[in-house]
Amino acid sequence: MTTSELAPALGQQEAADPFSIGGETFSSRLLLGTGGVPSLEVLERAVRASGTQLVTVALRRVEASSSASMLEVLDRCGVRLLPNTAGCRTAREAVLTARLAREAFGTSWVKLEVIGDEHTLLPDAVELLDAAEQLVADGFTVLPYTTDDPVLGRRLADAGCAAVMPLGSPIGSGLGIRNPHNIALLREAVSVPVVLDAGIGTASDAALAMELGCDAVLLASAVTRARDPERMALAMRSAVEGGRLALRAGRIPRRVHAQASTPMLGLPDL
Amino acid sequence: MQLTVNGSPTPLADGATVADLVAERGGGHDRVAVALNGDVVPRSSWPATRLSPGDTVEVLAPTAGG
Repeated sequence: MTTSELAPALGQQEAADPFSIGGETFSSRLLLGTGGVPSLEVLERAVRASGTQLVTVALRRVEASSSASMLEVLDRCGVRLLPNTAGCRTAREAVLTARLAREAFGTSWVKLEVIGDEHTLLPDAVELLDAAEQLVADGFTVLPYTTDDPVLGRRLADAGCAAVMPLGSPIGSGLGIRNPHNIALLREAVSVPVVLDAGIGTASDAALAMELGCDAVLLASAVTRARDPERMALAMRSAVEGGRLALRAGRIPRRVHAQASTPMLGLPDL
Repeated sequence: MQLTVNGSPTPLADGATVADLVAERGGGHDRVAVALNGDVVPRSSWPATRLSPGDTVEVLAPTAGG
């Protein structure tokens, strides 16, 4: 087999690397949030450039909500909607919000957020698990936004969540993945998909998430608040694909000292 | 009668239903969700659900969000 025959075959093979959440299969491992998007035109360009198939949306009082045409744009892009419970602080609020979202969006999928601190927007673990149990019992496909604690991740998976979505760092902070070790441990601790959610600042953060073994990355601000959201969406798409490929390819071990890549055998005596 | 709709005191005709309120306050959204006194009112129940004085109603619609 020649190199020219090998290259496209591998390329085609790697292009089909789907993953599943809640019985649904996705070919894109990038989930996109719509929060912070400056205009519907930018939203459409970013969604298309990202290649995403799953996009988060929210519910707010009707007078504060964005125009109905946002959903038309998302429908036109052919993406699936993932309503969130952003802003909820108790299990009761989050469960009610999820049920309202099911009515409004006609989907029983929910990105479950229960916030415990207004400055860091860190999840409230106790309320989160309570809400997750209630929503799973009510037939929801629950994707909880959680901390990077592997034990809590396992409890959420045991409760029947369809995925676990640990933060890399606080929402909107762009600080990247502050504790890569915990993300890798969490990946080992559960058998459901792990989606790195929150904290991504730039493409290398998304690539790292995938290299650590995450099944997908969910990000919003890193794209919607970038100077050029469409270009950043494309960068994130490439980073997620690159990180995933690198994981599957198997990286070399880290070494303290150098290991020559050019053989010493046959070195001339000059 | 006097209700609280989306946090604001709101006068509404006696006997008004959730469907009437959504027609008035829905802002043209076709994907609205309604909570009445802390419970979801399914869309199919809007025409038959009469509002009462003192009710607290949330009328919600889709928006952008992470």
